[in-house]
Formats: sequence, C-alpha cells, structure tokens
Amino acid sequence: MVELVLPKNSRVTKGRHHPAAAGATKTKTFKVYRYDPEGSENPRWDTYEVDVEACGPMVLDALIYIKNEMDPGLAFRRSCREGVCGSCAMNIGGRNTLACTHGWSEVPGKEVQISPLPHMPVMKDLVPDLTQFYAQYASIEPWLHTETPEPVKEWLQSPEDREKLDGLYECILCACCTTSCPSYWWNQDKYLGPATLLQSYRWLIDSRDEATGERLDALEDPFKLYRCHTIMNCAQVCPKGLNPAKAIAEVKKMLVERVV
Amino acid sequence: MVSYRTPLGQARGLGSAKHGASHWVAEKVSAIALVPLVIWMVYAVLQLAAGDYGFAVHWIQSPLNATLVVLTLAISFWHMHAGLRVVVEDYIHKTLTKSALLLLNLFVCGLSGALAIFSILKVALGAGVLGA
Repeated sequence: MVELVLPKNSRVTKGRHHPAAAGATKTKTFKVYRYDPEGSENPRWDTYEVDVEACGPMVLDALIYIKNEMDPGLAFRRSCREGVCGSCAMNIGGRNTLACTHGWSEVPGKEVQISPLPHMPVMKDLVPDLTQFYAQYASIEPWLHTETPEPVKEWLQSPEDREKLDGLYECILCACCTTSCPSYWWNQDKYLGPATLLQSYRWLIDSRDEATGERLDALEDPFKLYRCHTIMNCAQVCPKGLNPAKAIAEVKKMLVERVV
Repeated sequence: MVSYRTPLGQARGLGSAKHGASHWVAEKVSAIALVPLVIWMVYAVLQLAAGDYGFAVHWIQSPLNATLVVLTLAISFWHMHAGLRVVVEDYIHKTLTKSALLLLNLFVCGLSGALAIFSILKVALGAGVLGA
C-alpha cells in the first residue's frame, strides 16, 4: 500500500563545492543535482560559484559556463537556446521551465537550485529519460487521419477553423507540464499527461481530421484522461504560455457533447 | 525481469476503457444538486435543533421534508463514494490493495447511505410520535 522506505539511491547527499575562479567580482551560487545511475553513489547537490560577469543572463548560459569552465562532467540537454526545441526543460528554483528562456536573476532566493524534470527516470544529472513521454505522444497518433481520397492540391481549412489550433500547435513537447502534474507523478503508467492530452485536442479540433470519434473513443478512459483533476500546474509552468488544462477541459466537454 | 515490451506497447497498455464520461457527468450533476440541498439541510437542522423531539418527528413526516432529506442523503453518499473512489484510484497502485479498498469504499458508503435513508423512512412512515 503505502511505501514507508525510500527506494535505493533516493536520498540526495551534499556534494562538492566548486569555488569561483580567482578574480571573479560578482558571483552567484548554483546548486545542481548530480547523479549517475550506473555508479553506486547516491545523487548529490554540487554547488558552483559562477562568475556571472563572464556568462550570459539565462540559466542555460550559466550551465554552459559551468560545463566549459568549471566541471566538464555535468550532463544536460540543450540545442536551440531560444525556447523552440524544448531540450533544456528542467526544474529551476522549484519550477519546471526552459533553462534557455529563464534568467538566473529571476530565480528567487540566494542560490539557484537546478534539478531534472521531476518524477522521471534520470539518465545522468539533468537528463531525464523521456521514452515513455514520447511513446504516450505516439499513442494518440498525432497526424491527420482521413478516409476521403486526398485532394489534388490540399486539404482546405477556413481561417476561423485554423484559428482553433492557436494555443495548441505552439507546444514544443518539452514535458514541463506533464512532469509538473501530480496526477502524472502517481499514475504515469496509465495517465497520458497534459502535453499528450493537449496534443490530442489539437487533432480533435482540427477541421480536416476525420477520426474525431475514434480519437474520443481512445481517450474516454478513467486513467488515460480522467486522472486530470484540474490541478493547473501544467498551465502555470508552460514556458510557451499555453493552457493544457483548458485543452483537457475541452476534451471532456466533447465527450459530454456525445452523450447529452 | 527485463521487459522487452516496446514503449508504444506499454503506453497503449490495455487500451481505452471507453467509459468515464457518464461518471464525470454524474459527479458534476450530483455536486450541483448538493448545493441547494445542503443549504436547505443546514437551514432545516438549525430549525430542528431549536424544536423538541415531537417537532422533529412531525417535521420528518411531511412528505416534502422526508423526500428532500432522502435525496440529500442518497446523493451525498453517492458523491462521497465517487470522491473516495478517485482518491483510491489516484494513490493506490497495488491491484489487490486497490480492489480491496474500492470494495470497502462501496460497502461502507452503501451501508451508511442505506441505514441513513432507512432511518428517515422509518420515522417518516411510522405512526405518530415514536414512544408516545
């Protein structure tokens, strides 16, 4: 029933301290989660005194500075450095967000605490294993389903119908919302989570799609969809300012529309 | 044991139960129904507290009062069952414990609700003031 003892390697220990380079005038302390599941050591919090005059304004800039100048062993994902790819999603100052669009000076408190996205298996340091997240996304078949023979030129859509996709198509699948959701923490083997459900709605509301009924059938499930209890963490953390909770509510509304 | 099931196979799991919408509607409808019923019930209990035993029996014997109390109790216990069921489904993951707790929830809520409703009916349908 309730597990009273933490699983192996759950306790995070105090790690190493990396002082600032000599001559640094303005420093900021970054407390970073370090873990190598292939080793035998527990996870640890390493602290880095970063010379903030030598690095850029974003948390990602500080992480790159740490990796280049202080500790090349630190592992994290990054690519576009402008909030488009979603690779650098992590938990910064207790809040899931993108390291590349979040300024370290915006983080309240004396030090900036950085850990991987919560409640996911850790591959190393700040790199979570998102295999299941992507598989759940694939399970909703996120592509256009049609039976009508393909038009010679293109599937037409009115500007009004196209507008319905605004606030949905911008999702970059960074997993900030899904991994901030308590319902997803407790039931991630069955609950699809906010990101996947927002994407489901993106296809449900697409005027060109012909599989709306089948898509609703696949979602109508006590666990896949109805674990959402409108906790709203998803909408609060989304770095793109989207509202997955609202999309999920729209899916629930569509399901009601079928029966009443 | 190493599982060679593909991530997509795991994500699809046993597939959709293809139910849940009616349950969701019932939860919301019962919640809405309970708003006026509970306000009325609080008002009624305040009134009953001010009166004596005979007044209470007489009050319950009014068909409208009896019906509304029975409805309040039936919907409350149903709503309580639905709510506690969500708690169990959210937090309990071991199949056996989960099934046992779901059954316990159903039986306890069912028994309490049935007892409460029977008690109201007994007073409502009984002849005159009990014990008088």
